[in-house]
Amino acid sequence: MNRFTRDQMAARVGRDIPNGAYVNLGIGLPTMVANHLPKDREIILHTENGLLGMGPAPEAGAEDLDLINAGKQPVTALPGASYFHHADSFGMMRGGHLDCCVLGAFQVSVKGDLANWHTGAKDAIPAVGGAMDLAIGAKSVYVMMEHLTKQGESKIVAHCTYPVTGLSCVNRIYTDLAVIDVTPSGLVAIDIVPGLSFEELARLTGVPMQDQTGGGGTRNAA
Amino acid sequence: MINKIVRSAEAAVADIHDGATVLIGGFGTAGMPSELIDALIAQGARDLTIVNNNAGNGDTGLAALLKTKRVRKVVCSFPRQTDSHVFDALYRAGEIELELVPQGNLAERIRAAGSGIGAFFSPTGFGTLLAEGKETRVIDGRNYVLEYPIRGDYAFVKALRGDRWGNLVYRKTARNFGPIMAAAAKCTIAQVREIVNLGDLDPEAVVTPGIFVTRVVEIPVAARTVEAPGAAA
Repeated sequence: MNRFTRDQMAARVGRDIPNGAYVNLGIGLPTMVANHLPKDREIILHTENGLLGMGPAPEAGAEDLDLINAGKQPVTALPGASYFHHADSFGMMRGGHLDCCVLGAFQVSVKGDLANWHTGAKDAIPAVGGAMDLAIGAKSVYVMMEHLTKQGESKIVAHCTYPVTGLSCVNRIYTDLAVIDVTPSGLVAIDIVPGLSFEELARLTGVPMQDQTGGGGTRNAA
Repeated sequence: MINKIVRSAEAAVADIHDGATVLIGGFGTAGMPSELIDALIAQGARDLTIVNNNAGNGDTGLAALLKTKRVRKVVCSFPRQTDSHVFDALYRAGEIELELVPQGNLAERIRAAGSGIGAFFSPTGFGTLLAEGKETRVIDGRNYVLEYPIRGDYAFVKALRGDRWGNLVYRKTARNFGPIMAAAAKCTIAQVREIVNLGDLDPEAVVTPGIFVTRVVEIPVAARTVEAPGAAA
């Protein structure tokens, strides 16, 4: 089965972020989007620990341990950047000032419920960071994840079985198989990896989904 | 004459009592007031509640304090990191209590304490495990969770420069929790890289006005090297 590569997924997300947007990229796969933002757009990256206008990683030897991202990796500040304290930083999320955030996920439900902070395993030490604030805060919440678990189960589910991060908060899901919008009338596939039919995508996903991948009319599958 | 300058970290933390709640600034090691923490370890207060974004990295700073087993409870958003082995072992052994708080609620609860807010409704965490048992309300069609302030008996913050009135400026993303913690404690102790004369800080650029700061101690350069960054927020 064909799959979008991680770079292709990141590039696809990058193309959907408009000029002038304020964006928070989550830890892991979403961080790759920073390398794929269209060069002709001015997009301002936010990091929860108090920086707007985050730039790329510094060259080796130029790291400053007072200048880090949410993953605690050294970064740079672009001309025009600003620093602020934590309450302001999370006010930017909760207050609806961020245009978009891109998050990883364990599961997303058909209603847009997000599970990405805790497996619920008894011996796991829970940690949430800013995930719950981002989930309910940004104007658009995009999820990037593999479509299927290693066991071949869909990570897009009727109901999340992992503890949720936020309810009805995801707007769009980018996977290695498809791009799927979460709408009030259900999931809508808008892009699909070449060589995969909508019917096969719907079968693998196992939840009701509409087809708008062909540019033609809408088809339904369950 | 007002003079908040204290001669040493040891003198700055000398009166911290057993059972105190201490707000400790920093995000990972950026902005962590390690020398004040070291002084608290030497001072010996126990049965402490510590509020920080994390639960220690490596074996120094906050992790070293936890290792003394004088911390009863940690309030934080992200304890589990690649280098949080000290906390992990205590938690698995049932030797430390954890209150896990979404990071934005943690920040706003601290801010609320410093601003005299009795409680507030936050949309963050609604419908999740972390809001279980909490009061909720629908406001303008949206779901909110009631959250209460987090006050400190003491706050430890790390800043770049300070003066004898306690005015502070910070450095880059090491600012993080410093300004809100400074306002939320009965006694705020700032460790600064450099103490400057009154008037040397541009009033337009002061981040924490001195009214929020009780003691200022100069720690010229980081006395220790900071470990390599750990994983995840």
